Amino acid sequence: MTDSELISAPASDPVRKGRMVVYAIALVIALALAFAPFLFQDVRSGQVAARICIFIVLAASYDLLIGYTGIVSFAHTMFFGMGAYGAAIALKNSGAHWSSVIAGGGLGVLCAAVLAVLIGILSLRVKAIFFAMVTLAAASVMLVLVSQFSDFTGGEDGIVYSSPNLFKPATKLLLGDDGKVLKIMGVSMDGKIAAYYFVFLSCLVLYWFLARIVRSPLGTVLEAIRENEMRAEAIGYRVVAYRTAVFMIAAIVAALAGVVWAVWLKYTGPESTLSFAIMIDILLMVVIGGMGTMVGAVIGATLMSIAQFFLKDLMEAAAGATSFLPLVPNLLNPDRWLLWLGILFILLVYFFPAGIAGTLMKKGAHK
Amino acid sequence: MTFPSLETRGLTIRFGGHIAVNNVSCSFRPGELTVIVGPNGAGKTTWFNLVSGQLTPSEGSILLRGEDITALAPSARAKRGIGRAFQLTNLFPGLSVFENVRLAVQAKRGTGPRLFRPAAAYREISEIARAHLETARLESVADLPAAALPHGDQRKLEVALLLAMEPEIFMFDEPTAGMSVDEAPVILELIDTIRKDSSKTVLLVEHKMDVVRALADRIIVLHNGEQVADGAPETVMASEIVREIYLGIPAGEAA
Ligand SMILES: Nc1ncnc2c1ncn2[C@@H]1O[C@H](COP(=O)(O)OP(=O)(O)O)[C@@H](O)[C@H]1O
Ligand SMILES: [Mg+2]
Repeated sequence: MTDSELISAPASDPVRKGRMVVYAIALVIALALAFAPFLFQDVRSGQVAARICIFIVLAASYDLLIGYTGIVSFAHTMFFGMGAYGAAIALKNSGAHWSSVIAGGGLGVLCAAVLAVLIGILSLRVKAIFFAMVTLAAASVMLVLVSQFSDFTGGEDGIVYSSPNLFKPATKLLLGDDGKVLKIMGVSMDGKIAAYYFVFLSCLVLYWFLARIVRSPLGTVLEAIRENEMRAEAIGYRVVAYRTAVFMIAAIVAALAGVVWAVWLKYTGPESTLSFAIMIDILLMVVIGGMGTMVGAVIGATLMSIAQFFLKDLMEAAAGATSFLPLVPNLLNPDRWLLWLGILFILLVYFFPAGIAGTLMKKGAHK
Repeated sequence: MTFPSLETRGLTIRFGGHIAVNNVSCSFRPGELTVIVGPNGAGKTTWFNLVSGQLTPSEGSILLRGEDITALAPSARAKRGIGRAFQLTNLFPGLSVFENVRLAVQAKRGTGPRLFRPAAAYREISEIARAHLETARLESVADLPAAALPHGDQRKLEVALLLAMEPEIFMFDEPTAGMSVDEAPVILELIDTIRKDSSKTVLLVEHKMDVVRALADRIIVLHNGEQVADGAPETVMASEIVREIYLGIPAGEAA
């Protein structure tokens, strides 16, 4: 018997099929994101594609905590914000240069890492619920600090700034024969496309990093800690050290995603980075995708972002199409989109109790 | 004289007013199998918890090859060679049987600093894990989640984890409890094999008298948290106090 035979799950048919389906969905999403600027040429779609890239990384790094290790934290957007604000403040004050991104973003990421280790050491020994409370408190304090130090952070309004020259719409990446910016399939090779691929590739690297971690020996130890912390300690793993380390890794990844987000958006504010609404979004993405299945983050983040952005449009179209019926158009009124989003979530959780990827791959069927 | 492999000195733990382990001092040598007996609630499991570090003593100390380890975390004790199987099955329920054992091998052998190498690429660790699975007769269920195993197989896996830790001190807490008559011998033969290795110290909590007779080099009796007897099996089993408080064996049979 070979290694892979022993390690892979028993090859029962539904499981294998489920796996195929999940990876096929993820592949379609990945390809759509890779060619998004060519496939979806309107501004709004470009914005959604970049947001999906960022949120895949946020959801995946959050899944490393909650799904793989069993750590419940509400501070993920805090770390995300630290990276974003680091880059934003530097871009605003020292000019739109790469050196600002690297210095400011680097400092933000470093602060996130240090803070994560401090929170980890101080409170990962205690009960999970208490740890969750500590992260909640830290995230709230961060929100207050950001609104208090408004000279520095822009307060509630946030900071608007420019991104490095490479990403300016006027930048010509490739020139055509006529000396104008080259168009490929109708898409200008300008700074905007450079900015999108900066986001896409950065997120790809971060996601790849996370996917490697969960496959490595470290990944199995994290699952062991989730499954039975006491036994993990008894066979020789220092649980507190592992937990602190993974909390730090997740914080660093979230902060790096924040830096990328800040460069893309050219705006950083509490609503775009630190808010608890985003924290809940990330949590829902992980739950919908499937906890403890890296690939679930891809599906969850995509589904949820698309729903958030396009449900209104879809409903408007549907309401128009059904305008001859009684009552129905009323229910489909775009103003009721949150209601429908809620119903969608409830249905998803009902039919996919372990998340889409989790349920299809028969993971987490046993608790 | 060399140090005993393991020693407890005046080990005591109180839960509120209740003294679960009271001033237990004893030492163990490599190549010796000690059976710890005592009625339910005598403090056997609690004493194990103190030695392997799940509980911190109110008083007293624990020495491993002469070194005081009382303040060390369970993981540090495991790294130093104290291995423990639990009375109540205590596995990684959602992970496969193979992963359960592989984790214990990995803890012992280490994987080095290469964070990015897939776990499956550590062939040696996988092979050792597989060997332990074979020893515990679990090859056929290697891919099932631990939670899906019948009780007897879970007990075997509990022991396989202990083997995979490759400890110096083996602590078994009622390893065959609840196992069927045809399953128990697998575990007992394993313990017997370990016993014959003169470098290993074995501590075994066991109730079944035939098992005690077959394996014990020495018997310690706990009662109400106190150590009431310690010595060669024949002597201990014949002593008045033991028959009185615990064994309840007819006088003739103990000889
Ligand atoms: N964590 C604990 N808190 C309170 N009492 C405990 C705890 N652990 C064990 N005890 C008590 O200590 C005594 C010894 O229990 P235990 O060591 O499990 O006995 P044995 O293994 O010999 O059957 C029992 O009375 C038990 O109720
Ligand atoms: Mg017990």
